[in-house]
This record gives sequence, structure tokens and C-alpha cells, in this order.
Amino acid sequence: MKAAVVVFPGINRERDMARTLKLVSGVEPAMVWHADTQLPAGTDLVVIPGGFSYGDYLRCGAIAARAPIMDAVRAHAGKGGLTLGVCNGFQILCEAGLLPGVLMRNAQLRFICRDVYLKVERSDTPFTRGYNAGQVIRVPVAHGEGNYIADGETIARLEGEGRVIFRYASPDGMIDPNWNHNGAINGIAGIVSERGNVLGMMPHPENHVEAAIGRTDGRGLFAGLADALKRAA
Amino acid sequence: MTANNIKITPELVAEHGLKADEYKRLLDLIGREPTLTELGIFSAMWNEHCSYKSSKVHLRTLPTKGPHVIQGPGENAGVIDIGDGLACVFKMESHNHPSYIEPYQGAATGVGGILRDVFTMGARPIACLNALSFGAPGHPKTRHLVGGVVAGIGGYGNSFGVPTVGGSVRFHARYDGNCLVNAMAVGIAEKDKIFYAAASGVGMPIVYLGSKTGRDGIHGASMASAEFDDDSDEKRPTVQVGDPFAEKLLLEACLEIMHKGCVIAIQDMGAAGLTSSATEMGAKGDLGVTLDLDKVPCREENMTAYEMMLSESQERMLMVLKPEKEKEAEAIFRKWGLDFAVIGETNASKRFVVRHKGEVMADLPIKELGDSAPEYKRPFVSAAKLLVIDADDVKAQAGIADALEWLLATPDLCSKRWVWEQYDHIIGGNTVQRPGGDAAVVRVEEGPKGLALTTDVTPRYCEADPFEGGKQAVAECWRNLTAVGATPLAITDNLNFGNPERPEIMGQFVGAVRGIGEACKVLDFPVVSGNVSLYNETNGKAILPTPSIGGVGLIDDFTKSATLAFKREGETILLVGETTGWLGQSMYMRELCSREEGAPPPVDLIEERENGDFVRALILDGTATAVHDLSDGGLAVAMAEMAMAGSVGAKLDDAPDDIPAHAFWFGEDQARYLMTVPAAKAKAVIDRARNASVLVSRIGTTGGDTLVLPGERAIPLAALHDKFEGWLPGYMAGEPPAVV
Repeated sequence: MKAAVVVFPGINRERDMARTLKLVSGVEPAMVWHADTQLPAGTDLVVIPGGFSYGDYLRCGAIAARAPIMDAVRAHAGKGGLTLGVCNGFQILCEAGLLPGVLMRNAQLRFICRDVYLKVERSDTPFTRGYNAGQVIRVPVAHGEGNYIADGETIARLEGEGRVIFRYASPDGMIDPNWNHNGAINGIAGIVSERGNVLGMMPHPENHVEAAIGRTDGRGLFAGLADALKRAA
Repeated sequence: MTANNIKITPELVAEHGLKADEYKRLLDLIGREPTLTELGIFSAMWNEHCSYKSSKVHLRTLPTKGPHVIQGPGENAGVIDIGDGLACVFKMESHNHPSYIEPYQGAATGVGGILRDVFTMGARPIACLNALSFGAPGHPKTRHLVGGVVAGIGGYGNSFGVPTVGGSVRFHARYDGNCLVNAMAVGIAEKDKIFYAAASGVGMPIVYLGSKTGRDGIHGASMASAEFDDDSDEKRPTVQVGDPFAEKLLLEACLEIMHKGCVIAIQDMGAAGLTSSATEMGAKGDLGVTLDLDKVPCREENMTAYEMMLSESQERMLMVLKPEKEKEAEAIFRKWGLDFAVIGETNASKRFVVRHKGEVMADLPIKELGDSAPEYKRPFVSAAKLLVIDADDVKAQAGIADALEWLLATPDLCSKRWVWEQYDHIIGGNTVQRPGGDAAVVRVEEGPKGLALTTDVTPRYCEADPFEGGKQAVAECWRNLTAVGATPLAITDNLNFGNPERPEIMGQFVGAVRGIGEACKVLDFPVVSGNVSLYNETNGKAILPTPSIGGVGLIDDFTKSATLAFKREGETILLVGETTGWLGQSMYMRELCSREEGAPPPVDLIEERENGDFVRALILDGTATAVHDLSDGGLAVAMAEMAMAGSVGAKLDDAPDDIPAHAFWFGEDQARYLMTVPAAKAKAVIDRARNASVLVSRIGTTGGDTLVLPGERAIPLAALHDKFEGWLPGYMAGEPPAVV
């Protein structure tokens, strides 16, 4: 795995993400500055971590989506390169046009930090091969604007093409508004691009990878990615 | 703004918060009438907030030294040695007045200010905590203040990227006109790379870093040094506006230039902004400072010297750089998109000279500005001791089960989940114990060390007996750190009181400081930093005396830390410490009998220490499976919290018959803990306690999904949970607060 973590001013979970990538894959990721125009040669995974890029000013992710490095990220994704955006990273990928839809303010209009349950809808993607389809995992969220929405046609397409990868659910895997903390349509927590190589998700799997700190449910995502990349190499 | 050389009238002096005798002191010091800018500088340096003129003489009595103390009070933050070449840097500070006027920004900039205090010293912030006091839930402003303050704390900390891991929230009518927002920040630095404020070397460039200067916050520190009245809302323009994005950039840029060895001295621009930071750097370094205000980056036009010197615009720093590293430092700041300007230099004159547009606007003796600030031994009276209330004189108001359910749904005892879920408490990936326990536990770097963190005070005890209340605040902090298995190391104190010019308020202050000092001494728990907030009064009505204590403890292996949750069925529940059934000033009396009366429970500090050391040893050797300290609400409330946290019920044995049942279950005797141990080990633990002269008794067994108190109906955990979790979200959603 040769991962690159993109750092915009105001991003603040880059250290969490880098530590997790190192922990799971054994390889230290490259940290790439927003003003750079190229990814390190051989990059096979681009990660846009969480935070408040540019202070969330204007609109979450809107300014970062236009940063110099994003052309290189687009090119990487365009070639089928694996790209993961978490939280603010998801918002940036939507703003950059790499994923459809938008993240609105949470339905209750408050920032929420808590563990949530996610139903893993598919296990046949490079991001979820570490899980079983239908498995429920528990990972934290920490966002004020994670309420996913898109026009009806887009949602129908996402659902029809099986591109909803993670969904907020009850502990036993039921899709239930009581277990959807931010009001996202259809409980959507994570989606992939048409080609399946770009994943955006609101929850933070990188914060649940060590038993000593709590739980390890997030580990499967990174372990699966490392495995997928090893097979591809 | 008018010219610099206007006539200084008594009215103008009064507007600057200086008393007639203080102004005379100023005249004697400089031997002439001050310019307007100079008057502003003096008002900024000599107000209560910056000079500690009423409190200094008492603060000197606090124990501030210890084997692990690297830096005590007097710098931006306290520093303690936590081993392995690392230091913990921490401080708590109030932002009370601004938060009452403009809750979101007031609270947000309170968090921003305390974070800067910590990273100014070279530490990366790893955790924030807070202690919040609001007015009665029924007061028309309270809901708005709670919502705004919590959103502001979250808004700043979440964006900056520091986990907010703990704190406390209380409600009382005495905070109706004056809420308290005390914010604490904790950081980690390399022990031999701590940065201080003292400048050194003549002719060194003084560099301004961070955001631009505007007209916000002018006289903020003076506002914090006066009482409120009904027109306080008009002071909204003195509240600063926070920009956590700028602060995050400032953090990264500062740590980078520190790491590259560019920095000689550094001071953040907090209260009294440029004035305070520049004079402090010069005075501490025995040097003069000349500032050229034409070079100060401003975001508003035509700012005068007076305005620039008194602005409290946020996210700004002042540094003395090594001249040969200036270019390197500038490049780093430009990379982060921050302002960087050389605005002055050090010299040997020991004078503070401010130039603007070719004119000298101020020329003052730099050391005397701080050192010669007035210092008062204000008269004080101590209130008479209140009578000890005999539990037999407090009529039981309900059955024990009903009383417990009621108490769990009261504003002070209910779950604060609604609050801490708005704080990102997991960023950093090091939060071992999240909010909701006795103390938060945060892993230090890659471990195995962990820090335990908490904030505590029981204001109603302090009101009833400032000395015992001061002791209790420190003791409870120590107890909470102990309850997770940590060794308590040091505290930061944030002393919130009313108007010190009133002898009875000064009496509260003096009593509480004596109590804090006494407890710190006996518990080996020194004060390394702190902040005093006086004049917390509105229309002559003072807050409850509220000396918030923020504590830091160390645990060598964070995986051994204990939590309060019951772990499994069939374990023996042990009560550590002596139970007399002390109901005076208890939550039971306040919430069920509507009586805030009597002497508060006394703290036997020797017993506190012995009981705590006993419990900690049982945690670290793996015997204790769950531990919780006993405080507000007493034994029954603590038991319910442990059961709810673990989703495991309990059956309690009969209470002793020499104490009324409601006093046994709800009394607030100090120095007590509840813990569980495997049934097979219970006897050995009790024997061990006897040998250590610690009182330990078996009081029940875990199991089931109900809490069964002797002679009472079984209470389903789900019902307890609904009460406990229901009150605050309901209140914030607009439901009227329940009354007794």
C-alpha cells in the first residue's frame, strides 16, 4: 500500500488517519500538502481525512475542492485509483464532483459525536472486503453536517447500482430513523463512485482500530484495502 | 477616537476603571500626566483580571512546588514532568462575562485563549475540559445560554481539532445574571523544549504573528473586572470573535518554528492583547521594548495607537526570534497563510515605548507597569459556621426508590450527554475513557502512559463553608483521578467569586483559598497554574463561590484504568470510607426538601488519602473491576450510575439501622468510593482494608436488570436510564423544567 494523505489547512484528523494506515498496513503514508500539484509517484491510495478545511467557511469542502492538489486527485481517481474521503473528506469529494450529492446540516442542527452502527451493504468492493455483506459495525461519528441528500434520480441510481456501501442502522442491522442521527436520506453513511473506486463516508473508521482504545470495527476497512492493493500489485 | 494628548479628567480615569488612589499611584510612578494611550495601557495592566490586585496576597499562600513541578504559576500555563522526557502543560481560565453577553463567541474565545496558553509553551494540545455554571433552568435566559455556550465550546474545539473529554455542568439561581464558563486545556511537550515569555538579548526582532488586529475586545479585560447591571448587553461589542481555523494554523506554524529552533521567547496575545504580551516579555527578560505600530497588521482602517494597544482580537502571538532565523520563520508562517510582521525590538532601556506615525504615543517604565500594580489586602469577614444538621431532623420525603428516580432527573444529577455529544471527544485517537465517568483518561502518545483529567467543585458547599468547600473541591478532584487508577499530580485553579470590595465576598475568597491550600498540602497536589475571576455579580447579587479545580493525574499503563460500569453479574459491591448519613447541603435536601441548609460534609484529608491510596492499589493490581467516587447524591445515585453504565443491575443488602435510610442512601459523606470485586476476592479485600485501617463494607451484589434497594420495589434499569437521560434533552427542546 502506498497511501497519500492530503492535508488542507484546517484538516485535523490527518494524524489519526496516518497512524491508522501505518498501524494496519505497516507502511507510513505520504502527507501531501494542498498547494502541491502532484501525488508521490506510485501512489495507489489517496485519502482525504476529516476536519474543517478552510474552517468550513463558504460551505464545507467547497474551498478545498478547488485547491491545486485536487487536479492530481481527480486524475488519480479518473484512472481508477482508489480514493477514500472521510467526513470532511467526503464533503470535499462531493464538492469536487467525484461523488454525487451533498452533505447538509444534521437534522437536529447540532454537532454530534457518538458511536453509531453501520450496516455494510456489500463486501465485494475494495473498501469492504474485510467485512461480510450485511454485517453491522460500530464506529464513531463527529460532524455537524453529515445529512446526505441528492435529487431523487441520483438516489434511485445510487440504490439501483448498489453504490450505497454503508448505512446507519440499529445494532441488529435494521434501517430505522431512530438510529439515523443526522437525517441522511435512506440512512446513507457512505457511497462509492460509478466505477466503485472512490468512497466517501461520514463516520470515522480510523478512530476504531485498537482494542485498547475501545473497539476495532474500523480496522476491516483498512485491512481490506491493504489486502486489495497487495493482490493488485 | 480623540488625540493622544488630551486632558486626562477624573471622569476619563474612572471610565478606565482606575480608582483615584490608583491614578495617583500612576502619576507618582511616571512623574507627569499620562497620554491617552498610556492611560489605556495602565487600565489594561492594573485591572483585576490582569493584575490580581485583590487576590495576589492570598494566592501566594498556595503550595506550588513538588518533585514533578517544572513550572508553577506565573507563566502562560503550568508544567509538570510526566516521565520519559515528556511534560504536561495545562491551565484553566474563565470567560464568564463575555459568555453571558454573547454565549457562542464568549465560550468559543474562552477555549481559543486557553489553547493558546498551552501551545505558546511549545505543547501540542491533547485535551480540553470545562466547568460550566448556569442560572436556574426556569430563568428565561438559561436555555439560550446553555445552547450558545455548548455550541461555542464545541464549535471552537471541534474545528481546532482537540478532543473535549470532560467537564461539569450545574444550574443554580445564583448564576442567573452571571454564568460561568471555565475552560481547561492540556498539552504535551518535550520536557527540555518548553518555551517561556522572557525575552533575552538586546536588538532582537519582536515579531507579530497570526490574525490581523481589529477593534474587537477593546477593554475586554476591564469588562471582566467590573460588575454587571441591566445594561450589560450593551457591552456586546467588547466580546471578541473567534476563528478556530486561524488558531489551528497558528498552532501548526508555531510548533513548526519552535521545532526549527527559531524562537527565543513567545507570548500569546490574550487579555489586554499587545500591551500585556509586549510588556510581559520585556519585564520578564529585564529588557526594554519598542513597538512601531505602523507595522502592526490591521484589518480595520485608521486604528489609533490606543485601539491597537487595547484590542483583544484573537489568534495572535508575539515572539522574539533569533535574528538569523527570521527568514526561515517567515517562510513557515507564509506557508500557513498567516500574518508575519516585525513590529519592534528589544533594547537595554527597560522602557516600554510605543511609536505610531512618527510620534511617541507611550513611554513607560516596563517593569513597574506590572510590578508596581496596586496590591490590596482587602478587608474580609468570615461568615459564621452553619449548624450541623442531624439526619433525624430531615424528614424523608419519599421512598428511597422514588427519591432516587426523582434525583436522577434533576438538572445537576442528570446525564450531560446532550452537552458532551456536541464536543468531538475522540479526535486524536487517544481517548481511553470518554466523558461520563469520574475522570477522562487520555493515552499519552503511543502509550502505555495515560493522563487522567477532571474538573470539580461543589459551590453550595463553598457557600456554606468556604474553607471546607475549598478543601472538598480539591479532594473531590483528587478522588476522581484516583477512581480511574491514576496518581494525582497537580491542579490548576479557576477561582470565580463576586465583588472583592465587599468584605463578605472577600471572606469567601480567603476561606476557599485556605481550604484549597490545606488540601493541596496534605494530598501532595500542588497548584501549577490558575486564574481568578472576581466581580461575578449582577445588580449586587453575587454568584455562589465557585473555585473550579482542574486536576491531572498519571497512570503508568492506561489499559489498567478503571471505569465506573458494573462489569458482570455476581460480583461483590464494596463501600469504601465512613458513612454517617450527612444530609446538610446534600442534593437530597435541596431537591426533595427544598432546603439549602446546614454545614457541608467535612473532609478528613488524611482519611481521603488513605482511602484513595487503598482503592488505587486495588485498581492497579486488577482486583477492583469497577470503581466510582461518591459525591452529589451520595451512595444510591452512584450505585445507579454504575448500574446504568454497565447495564448490569444490583441487589443491595440491608442498610445499617443506626442511620435513617434516606441519610444512608443519599448522605454526602466525603472520602468514599464504591467498587466491585469478584465475589471470591471480597473477603481478602476486606481483610486487607482492616490492616490498612480503611473502612470497607460489603453492601450488595451485582446482577439482573433492576436495582433492588432493601425494602423497596425493584427499579428497572431502563426506567432509571429514561429518567437520567431524559431531563436535559427535554429541557433544551423547550419543555418547562419540573419543580418539586
